[in-house]
Amino acid sequence: MSGLRRLLFVLLWMTVSASAVSVQRFPPPEFENEYIIPTPVTPPPRSMTMEIVDTAVLAAALALGSWLALKKRSRKGIVLLSAACLAYFGFWRKGCICPIGAIGNVSLALFDADYAIPWTVTAFFFLPMIFTLFFGRSFCGSACPLGAVQDLVLLRPVRIPEWMEAPLRLLAWLYLSLAVLFAATASAFVICRYDPFVAFFRFSANPALWVMSFAMLVISILVGRPYCRFLCPYGVILRQIGRFSKFRVTITPDECIRCRLCENSCPFGAIDRPTVEWPRTEYARGRRRLLLFFGLLPVLIAGAAALGYAAGPKLAMTHPDVRLAKLVALEQSQAMKEPPDEIKAFRTTGQTAEALYREADRKQRQFAVGSTLVGGWMGLLAGVTLIQNSIFWRRSDYEARRSGCVACGRCFNACPPHRQWLKNKQDKTPGK
Amino acid sequence: MSNETPDNLPRRLFLREGLWAAALAALGVAAAAVLAKSRKPKKVWQIHPLKCIGCGRCATHCVLSDSAVKCVHAYAMCGYCDLCTGYFIPEPKDLTTAAENQLCPTGAIRRTFIEDPYFEYTIDEALCNGCGKCIKGCSAFGNGSLFLQVRHDRCVNCNECAIAAACPSQAFRRVPADKPYLLKDQL
Repeated sequence: MSGLRRLLFVLLWMTVSASAVSVQRFPPPEFENEYIIPTPVTPPPRSMTMEIVDTAVLAAALALGSWLALKKRSRKGIVLLSAACLAYFGFWRKGCICPIGAIGNVSLALFDADYAIPWTVTAFFFLPMIFTLFFGRSFCGSACPLGAVQDLVLLRPVRIPEWMEAPLRLLAWLYLSLAVLFAATASAFVICRYDPFVAFFRFSANPALWVMSFAMLVISILVGRPYCRFLCPYGVILRQIGRFSKFRVTITPDECIRCRLCENSCPFGAIDRPTVEWPRTEYARGRRRLLLFFGLLPVLIAGAAALGYAAGPKLAMTHPDVRLAKLVALEQSQAMKEPPDEIKAFRTTGQTAEALYREADRKQRQFAVGSTLVGGWMGLLAGVTLIQNSIFWRRSDYEARRSGCVACGRCFNACPPHRQWLKNKQDKTPGK
Repeated sequence: MSNETPDNLPRRLFLREGLWAAALAALGVAAAAVLAKSRKPKKVWQIHPLKCIGCGRCATHCVLSDSAVKCVHAYAMCGYCDLCTGYFIPEPKDLTTAAENQLCPTGAIRRTFIEDPYFEYTIDEALCNGCGKCIKGCSAFGNGSLFLQVRHDRCVNCNECAIAAACPSQAFRRVPADKPYLLKDQL
C-alpha cells in the first residue's frame, strides 16, 4: 500500500502545479476500530470586558486630568496621572485602542456600510472630544500614552520659532486628511500602521518602525511633543474643539500681574503674550498683506487641488486591488521568471484580469475625487494659516492658548500668584 | 480685559456661548451617527482558507512575536495518508517521524498510528509558528485538510491586522465574533 501511495505521490509531484485549491484526492478512510474523527478546537475571541474597562479608565482619566489641571492645579498630579495612563494604555494594553487610531475606524464606518465599528471605539473617539469642549485638551496632557512618552523624555526643550509653528502644523492636517482618505477607501489604517511609539509598547516592530520610533523619541528630548504638535491627526482635531472650550486652563489662579515669569515655562509654545499695539505703518502693511492673501486663497486652493489630483494615482496604490491590478498588468506585458505570491494567489481565485481592472478603476476614480478634495482642503488651510498670521490679535494678559495648551501644568509653578494661592490654601488646611 | 467695554461684553459672551452650544450639538449629532453604525455585531480577523496560499507571511508579520495564526486540521477532510505531503518533505528518506523527514520546521505536527495504513496528524499549537509549509504540501498533493486560522485565544484583534496588510491573497477578512472561524470542512 505504501509503495502504491509513493508511486501516486511521485506522479502527482510531476503533474500537479502548486495551487492551494484543495481537491479531495484521497477519500476519508472508513476505520475498522473505534476511532472517532476529532473536530478542531475553536477557542472563542476575547470577551468585550477588557474594552469596557478601557473605556471606563479613559473616562476616569479624562475627568481626573481635567480636575487636576483646572481645579487642583497640580503639575505633579498630572505627571503621575499621565505616567499611569502610559503604563495602562501603552505598556499594558499595548497602545491599542486609542482615539488617534479610532479616526480610521470612524472614517471607514462613515463610508463603508458593511463595516461595523465597535461601540467602544466610538466612545474612545468621542469622549476626549466632549471633554475638550468642556475643559480643554486634558486628554493630550493626562490620558494620551503617546503624549506621555514625549512629555516624560522632554529634557532640553528648544524653542521652535513662532512663525514656524503654524506651517509645521499643516503636516498634522495633511496626515489627518490622508488618513481619512485611506480609511474611507478601505485601503489602510495608516495612523495605526505608523504609530510613533507602538514599537516600544509591544516591543516588536519592523526595522523601519523601530528607526522611526527612536528618531521620534530623540527629537522629543529636544522639541516639546513633536508628534502632538506637528503630526498628531487627533491633536489637530482637539485643537479646533479646544478653541470653544467652556472652561480653560489658566496660568494664574488669580489676576495676571504680567511679571513675565511664565514666558519661558511652556515648551509647546502655547502661551500668548500681551500684545503691543502695532504701529500705524505696520497696520497699513498688515491690511495690504491681508488683502493679498485673501486674493491668493482661491489660487492656493485650486493649485493644491490640482496637486492632489496629480497625486491621486500614486495614493491609490495603497489599495490592495489597485496594487494587484498593476502587478497583473505588468506580468501580462512581460514574462516574469518567478511570479510573486500575489500573482499566484490571484490565479487560484479564478478571477479574470478584466474584473480586477474594473475594480481597480473604481478605486482609482474614488482616489481621484478624494485626493483632489484633500488637495483643495490643504490649500484652504494653507491660506487660512497665512491669513491668521497677518491679523493683529489684541491681548492684555499672559494666557494659555486654548487651542495649543495640552494642560500639562508646567506654567503653574512659574506663576507667583499661583504660589501665593497654594500657600494660602495650605495655611487654611486644618492641622497646619 | 481692557478692550471690552461693558457694552460689547454681553454680545461677546452670547456669541461664545452660542458657538459652544453649536459645537456641542454638532459633536452629539456626529457621535449619534457613528453610534448608529455601532449596533452591528463585533467583528474579528480571520483567514479565508480557500484564498490562503500558504505564503508564510503569517509567521513573520503578526505583531505578536509568536504569531496568532496557527495551523488547524479539518480531520473530516483528511485522508489519514501514510505518506502525508503536509508532514513529509518531498521524497523523504523513510516514512518515519525522524526530524530529517519532516516538512514542519518546528516539528509541530504529531503523527499517530491509527490502523493500517492510516495515520492521524495533530497540530501542537504551542510549537506551530503559522509558516504554512504544511498547508502548501497538503494542498498540492493531498486533500488540503490542513489550513491556517487566526487563533482567537492569541489574537489581540488589532485595528489594522499587520498580517492582513501584508497578505498577498487578501485572504484576511473581518468575520462576526460569534462565528469567528472559517473551518475548511464547513465552508
